[in-house]
Amino acid sequence: MTDTTTTPPGSREVAGDAATEPQPDRNGKREMTYLQAISDGLREEMRRDESVFCLGEDIGVFGGAFKVTDGFAEEFGIDRVLDTPLAENAIVGAAIGAAVEGMKPVCEMQFADFISCGFDQLVNVAGKLHYRQGVAVPIVVRLPSGGGFSGGPFHSQNPEAWFVQAPGLKVVAPATAEDAKGLLVSAIRDPNPVCYLEHKGLYRYVKGEVPEGDYEVPLGEARVAREGEEMSVITYGSGVHLALQAADALDEDIEVLDLRTLNPLDTEAILASARKTGKVLVAHEATRSAGVGAEVAALVTEEAFEDLDGPVRRLTAPDVPIPFSPPLEQAVLPQLEDMKEACRELLAY
Amino acid sequence: MKRSDGAVANGRVREDTDAGVGEISEPALTRADRENLFRYMVMMRAAEERGLTLYKQGKVPGSFYDGCGQEAISVGSAYVLGPQDRMCILHRDLGAHFVRGVTPDRYLANYMGRADGVTGGKDGNMHFGDRKLGAVGMVSMLPDMALVANGMALAFKMRGEPRIAMTYFGEGSTANGQWHEGMNFAGVHRLPIVFILENNQFAYSTPNELEFAVDPVERAHTYGFSGVTVDGNDVEAVFEASRVAAERARSGGGPTLIECRTMRMHGHGAHDDMSYVPKEMFEEWSQRDPIDRYAERLVGEHGFDSDDVEAIRADVRAYIDECASKALESPMPDPELATAGVFAEQWEALGDGNAPWSYWADEGHTGNGSTSVSERSAA
Repeated sequence: MTDTTTTPPGSREVAGDAATEPQPDRNGKREMTYLQAISDGLREEMRRDESVFCLGEDIGVFGGAFKVTDGFAEEFGIDRVLDTPLAENAIVGAAIGAAVEGMKPVCEMQFADFISCGFDQLVNVAGKLHYRQGVAVPIVVRLPSGGGFSGGPFHSQNPEAWFVQAPGLKVVAPATAEDAKGLLVSAIRDPNPVCYLEHKGLYRYVKGEVPEGDYEVPLGEARVAREGEEMSVITYGSGVHLALQAADALDEDIEVLDLRTLNPLDTEAILASARKTGKVLVAHEATRSAGVGAEVAALVTEEAFEDLDGPVRRLTAPDVPIPFSPPLEQAVLPQLEDMKEACRELLAY
Repeated sequence: MKRSDGAVANGRVREDTDAGVGEISEPALTRADRENLFRYMVMMRAAEERGLTLYKQGKVPGSFYDGCGQEAISVGSAYVLGPQDRMCILHRDLGAHFVRGVTPDRYLANYMGRADGVTGGKDGNMHFGDRKLGAVGMVSMLPDMALVANGMALAFKMRGEPRIAMTYFGEGSTANGQWHEGMNFAGVHRLPIVFILENNQFAYSTPNELEFAVDPVERAHTYGFSGVTVDGNDVEAVFEASRVAAERARSGGGPTLIECRTMRMHGHGAHDDMSYVPKEMFEEWSQRDPIDRYAERLVGEHGFDSDDVEAIRADVRAYIDECASKALESPMPDPELATAGVFAEQWEALGDGNAPWSYWADEGHTGNGSTSVSERSAA
């Protein structure tokens, strides 16, 4: 596919691309898109630390399929913005070796779906090296994920649960521009392999104030995106925006907890929110069975059972591939109406 | 199938292409080097024989894997490396671990799942690499480590350091798609790396003719680098091919694929009776034992006495006895550690490996870049 960055249904278009660096306001913040924030974080880390470099398909001169590294080759040279052959295991494998030798590689999978072709290196080599041999592997694998624009079964997946189940990998999934930058910076500085899921539907749809300069959003810390007392929606990535919209539309006292990191999970924040509201809806765009939502639901029922006022519910995609045709895709991916209905049901329980 | 038997027979190196070959200096093996090469091969054989005994005594969980008959390959190739070069060592290559400084007690302890094994019981058999000696240990999936070794070489190239990576794989793993990915990546980026292909005739039970239609070494030039075939049972031939390849890599000439033709003289693992190996084939290769051949050559061509050779063998036997006792004294790991160490708290540089080749003792042959890795990581 040539352009999957088309705005998702119902979203608003925000101008600007990664190459254009927005100017800071008086508070030292800049307004930028989620996509620009990813670029900004990567660019600043590359300026700050010469051991940081990028590798992936079409990321150099072309600037990447989604233009996250647009302009990078000019600034940093093609040796630090390395165009690779179409070979995901070779990309991840090379990143592992370079990381062991003191570099901090950031791999781009052109689509998160293609990590299946690099799965072996990531899961069997990167994830296990420290446990087996005490060798740290500080790599980041950027995974443009998610559907909503007819990408079909191979350009729309949300594969985070594969990696949450693979010991030794950290997994993050930012929902806001500020977190997109801060989590990427933390991921680059972390001494472990980090899967960084960037939702394609948020690239230009989400825009926000992003602090100027150096800051980190710590891995493993969730964020309360909306305070509430009556129920909690525990979610991440695109789910955060659906939940916020639903809460506003329903005008109910709903708390939205943005997990931000999926491994390690912020169990404290999850349990605190569950105990506070007594009702938990876990929501994600990824498929249902043995997903991150199942893990959160199990945690809440194991540890906060006494505080619950209703069943822990899930809103997810069903266990099917993501279909291509818009009505089919919309039937599979959780929509705003689905979120509102799930919240209404749990509030009424 | 194209073969280069002529080249193999006389132990000479055959160059498929001369791409990137600069001025390759003359070999320089001193008497002490030859003694070392012999000693490491004998040590590998003796350590593996002792490991097999421990396995038969029920002291080794799982199975047991060795490189009997292939000792010349890992010893001859690893011997060319400088301290700051890096390795991914595979399961028939115990000699490379010994050359770089792993002691046999830690190898035997690793097989027995003991606390003092190289991985402390986290992984078994040959799945280890001592990070303090410049090695990243293998995984079972083959040839994954070739792709990781590429990354180490890429780091050296990006930083302009005169260092190289070396790794091994069997002919069996050349059938896997990752092998193509790895060779192509190395060729495209002209990485400072040496690939040692051990053709030991069988991938478990599958013979060469069912593994490939064209000898994998012939593919090297299609990736844009040199392919060489040597007699894998001739330690000096392996050394020489590796030396040339290492110098090429270090001077910017890119990768080399060295096919070492040999024969795995034991089963894939101790559970394998090798019923699939034709008897004549086994007999034929038995006559080419790399250790016996080198012993004859040391006496016949290099001025060693038979007594010298025997003294080395006896010395190694005694050393392995000592190492086996030490390994057996090592405790089993604390079960509490089973959940420790999944994540790293901080990155640490690999340490340097031993570099016993006399060349590295010379002034100016440090094998180090202008800036050390530790200095860079601190900066």
